[in-house]
Amino acid sequence: MPWSREQLAERAARELRDGFYVNLGIGIPTLVANYIPAGMKVVLQSENGMLGMGPFPYEGDEDADLINAGKQTITELPISSYFSSADSFAMIRGGHINLSVLGGMEVSARGDLANWMVPGKVVKGMGGAMDLVAGVRRVIVLMEHVARDGSPKFKSACELPLTGAGVVDMLITDLAVFSRPDRHSAFDLIELAPGVSEADVRARSTAQFGSALPARP
Amino acid sequence: MTTASQAGSGKVYPDAAAALAGIARDGMSILSGGFGLCGIPEHLIAALRDLGVKGLTVISNNAGIDDVGLGQLLKTRQIRRMISSYVGENKEFERQYLQGELEIEFNPQGTLAERIRAGGAGIYGFYTRTGAGTQVASGKETRVVDGESYVLETGLTADLAIVKAWKGDREGNLVYRKTARNFNPVMATAGRVTVAEVEQLVEVGELDPDHIHTPGIFVQRIVQGLNYRKPIEQRTVRKRSSHAVVA
Repeated sequence: MPWSREQLAERAARELRDGFYVNLGIGIPTLVANYIPAGMKVVLQSENGMLGMGPFPYEGDEDADLINAGKQTITELPISSYFSSADSFAMIRGGHINLSVLGGMEVSARGDLANWMVPGKVVKGMGGAMDLVAGVRRVIVLMEHVARDGSPKFKSACELPLTGAGVVDMLITDLAVFSRPDRHSAFDLIELAPGVSEADVRARSTAQFGSALPARP
Repeated sequence: MTTASQAGSGKVYPDAAAALAGIARDGMSILSGGFGLCGIPEHLIAALRDLGVKGLTVISNNAGIDDVGLGQLLKTRQIRRMISSYVGENKEFERQYLQGELEIEFNPQGTLAERIRAGGAGIYGFYTRTGAGTQVASGKETRVVDGESYVLETGLTADLAIVKAWKGDREGNLVYRKTARNFNPVMATAGRVTVAEVEQLVEVGELDPDHIHTPGIFVQRIVQGLNYRKPIEQRTVRKRSSHAVVA
């Protein structure tokens, strides 16, 4: 049975480590914030200029001057700080953020990511995605394993215009988890969703990947 | 200290239209602060709309939403070209773009911020990893250093910068509030003329010099805005009983 959106977020949250500064993308990646393990200190960065992003405000406490990169109203925490967009991207580009979790349209076997435009459709822009994948130390992509028409999204090469070349460290789909030790290595399949076989995953991918599944108990 | 306050008093204008008088003209380039609708110079944008200047190149992270923020200048077709990182929430923008009435140059958000920072700081350009190996790099000089690809991006300035701060004094010193800071401080440095609007205009000496975000040297004109709308794009809240961080 494929993993749900919540389960994808929960799986991504297992990659968090105490003391991490983390940037979460819009959509499913935002849900990762709900699964930060109790007792673990993780500081969320919002690229519009905030470190230490707090939860949504209680009704009536919304502040138009306090939003996240998805333009949603949020709150501050005792550890929070505010800064300009230039300082924000100095953190991102300068490698000061430990982990970025983003959505994807396509990921290639060599870790290229496409998630910002589809030729022929209206282009909305890349926002901060290209800076995040270029500068954050570890990049995790969350996406459905196949498109709505069933075509693979984990491919031998991306067909859509790239957000970044060779930038993905881990790919979590609704069917499986892939990781690689560094950006020169190939991906290994390391986990399968319940009831999903390695053969299923290979049949629904055009990317080549190794296998490092734990031995069956 | 009368000399300082007299010199500074020349920066204060009675309203947004007066603050743009003699500056706004057809075909000019304008840096416009804000992220989404947060921290946008709403009175100066409205004054540009009323002045009717056309053929504008507007550099702003986003393009407002329909009828709000820069969406107002799109509706009146005063903008010819935008330099932005994301323009998602605007139907009129989409229509004009598809009709070929509007040009758009997409910059990665961090590249946009740094281009403006560089422009304001007198730096010609910089090499960045952002966009290397993507279509953002096409037509630009690239360089490989220690096996890593970099793209040359150039500094960006404009004829005019319009910014919004929370508080400002008569010297043009500015303090922003929370995430309404965003692009405003860098844009203030990169306008050949910078006009700031503030929610509270205070006397010189009322702002703690240690807490000033934009020193007055970057601001030529300042105006106090009245009755701020400060619209919220995505009103997200949690129930008082809920433990979930995000819905």
